Amino acid sequence: MSEQLAPAVVIPAAAARGRLVLEARSLGKDFKLSHGWHQDVLSAVRGVSFGLHQSAVVALVGESGSGKSTVARMLAGQEKPTAGEIALDGEIVQPWTHRQFRPYKSNVQMVFQDPFASLNAVHKVRYTLARPVRLHQHLRDRKAVEAELVRLVERVRLTPAEQFLARYPHELSGGQRQRVAIARALAAQPRVLLADEPVSMLDVSIRLEVLDLLDELRTQFQLAILYVTHDIASARYFADDTLVMYAGEIVERGPSEDVTQQPAHPYTQLLVASAPDPENLAEKIRPAVSGEVRRAGSALSTTSGCRFAPRCPLAEDRCRAQAPPLLAVSAQRAAACWRLDVAAPDLLHQTQGEKEEAIKT
Amino acid sequence: MSAVSTAASESMPSAETAQQKPVLEVRDLSVVYDGETKAVDHVDIALAPGETLGLAGESGSGKSTLALGLCRLLRPPAVITSGSVIYRGSRVAPGGVDLLDLRSRELRKLRWREISIVFQSAMNALNPVLRIRDQLGDVLDAHLRLSRKEKRDRLDTLLDLVGIPRERLRSYPHELSGGMRQRVMIAMALAVDPEVVIMDEPTTALDVVVQREILAQIVELQDRLHFAVLFITHDLSLLLEIADRIAVMYAGKLVEVGSAEQIHNRPAHPYTQGLLGSFPSVHGARRELAGIPGTPPDLRSLPAGCPFVPRCNHATDKCRDIDMSMNPVTGSSDPRHLSACPFVTFDLAKANTPKVRAAASQGTS
Repeated sequence: MSEQLAPAVVIPAAAARGRLVLEARSLGKDFKLSHGWHQDVLSAVRGVSFGLHQSAVVALVGESGSGKSTVARMLAGQEKPTAGEIALDGEIVQPWTHRQFRPYKSNVQMVFQDPFASLNAVHKVRYTLARPVRLHQHLRDRKAVEAELVRLVERVRLTPAEQFLARYPHELSGGQRQRVAIARALAAQPRVLLADEPVSMLDVSIRLEVLDLLDELRTQFQLAILYVTHDIASARYFADDTLVMYAGEIVERGPSEDVTQQPAHPYTQLLVASAPDPENLAEKIRPAVSGEVRRAGSALSTTSGCRFAPRCPLAEDRCRAQAPPLLAVSAQRAAACWRLDVAAPDLLHQTQGEKEEAIKT
Repeated sequence: MSAVSTAASESMPSAETAQQKPVLEVRDLSVVYDGETKAVDHVDIALAPGETLGLAGESGSGKSTLALGLCRLLRPPAVITSGSVIYRGSRVAPGGVDLLDLRSRELRKLRWREISIVFQSAMNALNPVLRIRDQLGDVLDAHLRLSRKEKRDRLDTLLDLVGIPRERLRSYPHELSGGMRQRVMIAMALAVDPEVVIMDEPTTALDVVVQREILAQIVELQDRLHFAVLFITHDLSLLLEIADRIAVMYAGKLVEVGSAEQIHNRPAHPYTQGLLGSFPSVHGARRELAGIPGTPPDLRSLPAGCPFVPRCNHATDKCRDIDMSMNPVTGSSDPRHLSACPFVTFDLAKANTPKVRAAASQGTS
């Protein structure tokens, strides 16, 4: 059954929103670990490919250590990939090189997780924002800079702007700080925004407003957004496409609603099943089905086979021997699993049906 | 079965919760920082034996201060200015003692033995230079007189209890994953068989899958050992699943208390209603997320009356005069469903659903 699946060429849902801007092509990152004499290589990221499209949000979902932040850091030019390449508007770029760094940053900006750490505590908001405005917008005139600062701060809904510009980070709440961080990213007038867990440090009641703001900016500036998160529920609401990472690899990708509502890969299924489900109060949390001790997936480069296999209830010999590539589940979806026929039989039947219909018509 | 669980089942009655006197009762507790910031403001909560009470609130709502306050673990500048904390342990004080009246020596005997805490970040709560064995052993030494062999058995049992291989006793904290460290913290909290366990955001730093496993473990242990849990978190969706009853705090005050079912299906306070409309769920149909406008309040300058007024869609001038006392919800059949808002009820809210902003994205579906 699974042999019939072709290696994946998927059309992301994000492609319908706009032109391809930034592209990761088989990105990989190895870290060398040394234990005395012995040296191991940890492939934190392996063979990650995806595109960011104008006016579209792509979510990168995974647990801590899955490599999702490393991918974002490579795309931001802060980390040099050990494999693969990055393409901006179809041209291969090397943002980690001194020469290309700044022009690249004019296009690609990042928002970090912790607004308490990402803003310099000894400078006022005005200083934090004025630097990128001068550097990237090449404004020299003080009045023009000031006008731009006011515009930026108002754009992230911090009013009155003059008051906020004169404040230090410690005088702001977490939500306001994250807005300043977003304004700083916008100051470069980028086309791509990499948001690494932009709301996970914020209070529940404010998260929605910040995501809402990002969504507004997406439309207004036709931003291509990469939304890195551990919260698959927020990916469902916020992102066009969702990529699920496990131990450095993309294990499933597709339109967010499909991936979250009908997960194909056993790991995505576990992730979705683990999310709190307040709609289903009768079914309280029960002890784990199996008593066996779960082992975390190893990302050592010497590990053979599927990295999820040690935790996977469906794993068989083939899974432990040979790593599955991303296989097309439908035109828009793919999953890296040898046992999709067991893991998601309904999905495959649907796909099969669609294909047959396509042949008939 | 294990030493821990047999000891527990002897000393504890069944987990029948409803009609029993609460094992822990907080009455009118107030905590003030620097003489002016009211972090906890006249709060009453009661924890029945074997029950899981969820305490929900955002950062700055006073939920952690409340937890530390009721164990008297607060440091200056925090001062408890009013109230009492009655503990009725079946072993030591069936008639009840006020923890706030105890001298520190008496209190030390109760801490951990009767009321233990799982702190927020397991990463920092363990001593990095001591092996797990020594840290767990310290707890046993401090409260029980055990022979060497008994102690060793007890340590093994404890690790079995939380599903960590026994050889990990020799490990240092940094050699364990975050989930394992959190399990060690739970084992430590259960080490001397307390009747009340306070869990302050025990799973916040963990991945959802690990979080799920640990919650399942807590539920299972509770079934076996019958301790009561005060579960503190900002994540209301989590509480709805694991708590029997839920107390919602805002700006140092309680705003609503009810069963998980009531809080979910018939939330009476506008803040609770707002919270419920703030988090996306991966399950069920897509719903519109309303959110809560504005920002959490500054405790140093709270408005008169209800502190939620600036963010509330139903607010009127009358709201500035209310005293935030908790009263049974109008129209609710359960007198234990309490709300601090005398104006808004579930039905009113339904007729006039606050629509703050549209949901974040239209998505692709």
